[in-house]
Amino acid sequence: MADFFFNTNLGMLLVIIGQILLVVVPLLVALAFLMYADRKIWAAVQMRRGPNVVGVFGLLQSFADFGKYIVKEIVVPAGADKAVFFMAPMVTLVMSLIAWAVIPFNDGWVISNVNVAILYVFAVSSLEVYGVIMGGWASNSKYPFLGSLRSAAQMISYEVSIGLIIIGIILSTGSMNFSAIVDAQRGSYGLLNWYWLPHFPMLILFFISALAETNRPPFDLPEAESELVAGYQVEYSSTPFLLFMIGELTAVVLMCALIALMFFGGWLSPIPGLPDGIFWMIAKMGLVFFFFAMVKAITPRYRYDQLMRLGWKVFLPFSLIWVVFVAFAAKFDWFWGVYARWAVGG
Amino acid sequence: MTQIDYTRAAKYFLLQDFWVGFKLGMKYFLRPKATLNYPHEKGPLSPRFRGEHALRRYPNGEERCIACKLCEAVCPAQAITIDAEPREDGSRRTTRYDIDMTKCIYCGFCQEACPVDAIVEGPNFEYATETREELFYDKDKLLANGDRWEGEIARNLEMDAPYR
Repeated sequence: MADFFFNTNLGMLLVIIGQILLVVVPLLVALAFLMYADRKIWAAVQMRRGPNVVGVFGLLQSFADFGKYIVKEIVVPAGADKAVFFMAPMVTLVMSLIAWAVIPFNDGWVISNVNVAILYVFAVSSLEVYGVIMGGWASNSKYPFLGSLRSAAQMISYEVSIGLIIIGIILSTGSMNFSAIVDAQRGSYGLLNWYWLPHFPMLILFFISALAETNRPPFDLPEAESELVAGYQVEYSSTPFLLFMIGELTAVVLMCALIALMFFGGWLSPIPGLPDGIFWMIAKMGLVFFFFAMVKAITPRYRYDQLMRLGWKVFLPFSLIWVVFVAFAAKFDWFWGVYARWAVGG
Repeated sequence: MTQIDYTRAAKYFLLQDFWVGFKLGMKYFLRPKATLNYPHEKGPLSPRFRGEHALRRYPNGEERCIACKLCEAVCPAQAITIDAEPREDGSRRTTRYDIDMTKCIYCGFCQEACPVDAIVEGPNFEYATETREELFYDKDKLLANGDRWEGEIARNLEMDAPYR
């Protein structure tokens, strides 16, 4: 049996498909509940109850919504480029899903333990912007096009600072492998050993950039209801719209996972002595998601020029200086060597 | 050279606005919810609440309306239509009393105009229908409403009486 699964092509293919399902299915189910949690948190801050009718405490609300979206009518605008129009949501969803291939949930629990994992995630999440551009362009309509242009500019701007922040982490670790990054944060002081402490300014920068990158409030300009109706999603309905929504939320959860892995030690226990495990990873992702949801509830939307100013004039120079600082600190062992936790080489 | 406001700069970089907002958000997060769980919980209604119309009867079962048509005359939306002729016993009664609930603006003038407290706006506001036709109320419907809501209507009129 083991021989079939590890030594034949078909067996290995089956193992890989099994692994993918093992990640994607729980992820999508969790997504439904995160969507519910998002709405509940938002509602609670506004002293509302939020969804509470479908299922116990409204827990099945997202599934009801999915069902509703699927049975709705698909409207294709007359002037739309049909092939691109339907490809756009698929691109968004697929790009946000395939990034999970390199995200470890526990020691060794990863579909593909590649050495350039962080680079791969960065590349794939950059490609996500294509879904937005294609959706806006293929709709052949004014508002979606304006929305998609805005969104593209926004996502590209903030990817720059995300990239630089990631470089700081890579410099500290000496590896682009997520398992190595998490291992580098292991230490006898529990949560004080994690990267959030030495890289604290970058944690905040990364969080804000992640908001902008995933088009979450306060940076949800592409779908600014007051100006652009719903941005690149205007012409979408039914299942394509659902795919856009799932794709966006998957990207948000991916950002939660990245923050948990890079700054909060992934599956490492915060208190020395307690066992490490996947539950720590999930708890940390949940905590970061809570912040994502809270930000949506408490911050007003940025204006477009403010967004661009923040991205290019504040985040970019700040993260650039930080990279230089980390490079020196790591090389010359400043601050008792907290910036040089090299897992491999040196 | 312009003077740099370091306090302001520090607040900006430490995301002071965000943390203040977060604190406030968490404060409201933990507060009891202001929303009523509507179909199961309902807010209080004033005795003067102007809801669905009803035609009342006297305790002996005789209908109050004497077809004076004051309500029809006062209705600013012209939602009320009344036909009347003498009954066999010689008393003047309506043969037709229609209210188009889609025209009605719920001003309560009909209730004010009525000399015998026959047409009233009751406390019921949950009478949504699936078709428009169902909202063209006739006399039977209004009398049935009166029979159904008489308890509440009588209590509301009594509670409101000292202020009229």
